[in-house]
Amino acid sequence: MSQDQKHQVLKRKLGPEELRRLETPAIERESHGQTSAKSSVPDSASTVAVDFAGVTKSYGNKIVVDELSFSVASGECFGLLGPNGAGKSTIARMLLGMTCPDAGAITVLGVPVPARARLARRGIGVVPQFDNLDQELTVRENLLVFGRYFGMSTRQSEAVIPSLLEFARLERKANARVSELSGGMKRCLTMARALINDPQLIVMDEPTTGLDPHARHLIWERLRALLARGKTIILTTHFMEEAERLCDRLCVLEKGRNIAEGGPQALIDEHIGCQVMEIYGGDPHELLSLVKPHSQRIEVSGETLYCYAPDPDQVRTQLQGRAGLRLLLRPANLEDVFLRLTGREMEE
Amino acid sequence: MIEGFAAALPANAWNWVAVWRRNYLAWKKVSLVTILGNLADPMIYLFGLGTGLGIMVGRVDGASYIAFLAAGMVAVSAMTASTMETLYAAFARMHSQRTWEAMLYTHVTLGDIVLGELAWAATKAFLAGTAITIVSATLGYAAWPSVLYALPIIALTGCVFASLAMVVTALSPSYDYFVFYQTLVLTPMMFLSGAVFPSDQLPHAFQQIARCMPLSHAIDLIRPVMLDRPIGGIALHVGVLGLYALLPFFLSMALLRRRLMR
Repeated sequence: MSQDQKHQVLKRKLGPEELRRLETPAIERESHGQTSAKSSVPDSASTVAVDFAGVTKSYGNKIVVDELSFSVASGECFGLLGPNGAGKSTIARMLLGMTCPDAGAITVLGVPVPARARLARRGIGVVPQFDNLDQELTVRENLLVFGRYFGMSTRQSEAVIPSLLEFARLERKANARVSELSGGMKRCLTMARALINDPQLIVMDEPTTGLDPHARHLIWERLRALLARGKTIILTTHFMEEAERLCDRLCVLEKGRNIAEGGPQALIDEHIGCQVMEIYGGDPHELLSLVKPHSQRIEVSGETLYCYAPDPDQVRTQLQGRAGLRLLLRPANLEDVFLRLTGREMEE
Repeated sequence: MIEGFAAALPANAWNWVAVWRRNYLAWKKVSLVTILGNLADPMIYLFGLGTGLGIMVGRVDGASYIAFLAAGMVAVSAMTASTMETLYAAFARMHSQRTWEAMLYTHVTLGDIVLGELAWAATKAFLAGTAITIVSATLGYAAWPSVLYALPIIALTGCVFASLAMVVTALSPSYDYFVFYQTLVLTPMMFLSGAVFPSDQLPHAFQQIARCMPLSHAIDLIRPVMLDRPIGGIALHVGVLGLYALLPFFLSMALLRRRLMR
């Protein structure tokens, strides 16, 4: 199928507005001001999907979530970005009322959690980090059984299952056992399962961890389709590219603290603000002194020198004639922001 | 704390059915194999001990030994079926398969899950116990139609041992700990509770211990109805079984809440 044909098919399935959202990266949507309600922290309860205010959680002496505050607007894709152990999964569990915070207040879809978590869960779909599908049941049975947990009758579930299978691209696998599915198919089924109660908010905990690139792109594409339908998504990930591609806004977590918050591009501009030149193949400490005068900042990580240079040509000139060096000039990305904020071997 | 525990209680009187139906659906696919597996063990005991020992023992309490043993085996099979389901299968759904975790994303509460699992384990106990009852009645080891009164008692026995096993499931870090419960609690209980020989032949102290055990009360109800004899102290037996079903249910819920919803 050519790109154009695909476009036509997509156009038939989605409305023009949805299509526009699909085709426009999150960043662009924000910067064009077309989602003005989303780019600023919402002030009225109806547009706030999730609100954490001063939430703290510790296990024994270990503080897992530390005075965390953030707000997620309806229809927004909000990322919780942090390394393993930064408290992402604990935040997701607290949001569902599966763990009680020690201090602070959580409101989800206008309802206090954990006090009324069961009511809040009516509007939430969850895609967990670890596959917890029913292995011995078929794809269709998994959806049917999950619908029952929401009080849906067999008839009600049967009515939505075809569209969910279509969403998950599993129409032909409806009667296959889950154990026969590939990793990507299982994750798609988990996404479909999360939609059975037609939730407003979808919590995705590391949705692409452990998937191959094909499956990852499929998940990303499905996730964008959900945003196009106006769903609110909370995405926890340690995968910077994922956050950069999908999130309207995100907060960077370290040891349970919110150390930076904003749109991906805004964070990149704020914390890096120029292109990055990676230099390999020489003694980094010797090179450091050479390029330092022309750089805004320099970091050394192992054998690689990261040079944040407003004028990369000057750096290139400086290094001219040195044999065995390899230079890579690239735009700054969220990973640079993340590593800057959380620190790698650093030399300023 | 109290508010947190209230949130873990069953949400309503019917939510647990969804959990029960999930287990039923998964079981249906392998039902023939598991029925055969569940029945083989008590049947072998019944005929092995009943006919073998029966020759030496002769009559017990006015009944043939195999008829005496049949009532014990009905109660023991209910005990074993619901214990195994709750220890191994429910533990797998809680721990390695994370099925409970997925359920907790929904309208179902922890209490609904526990209740559904207990009801399911009791159902399997009911199937196992009923099958042996039918075989016994068909072969003339149990009186017809009074044997039908055994059926609700089998179900209640299933609830009791599912509930007790749920406490063990809630406390066990892994499968390896279940064997302690089986060998140190259930096996002695089988011998002390009059399942294979009359407990009134035991030393007085053991008889006192046996009186506290739920299996004795189950057998004291099942044996008279299978042998068509008058039952004494129905209210006491049913009351004790009821307490053994209810108290561990609440205890297991509190323990599971501490374990799963920290």
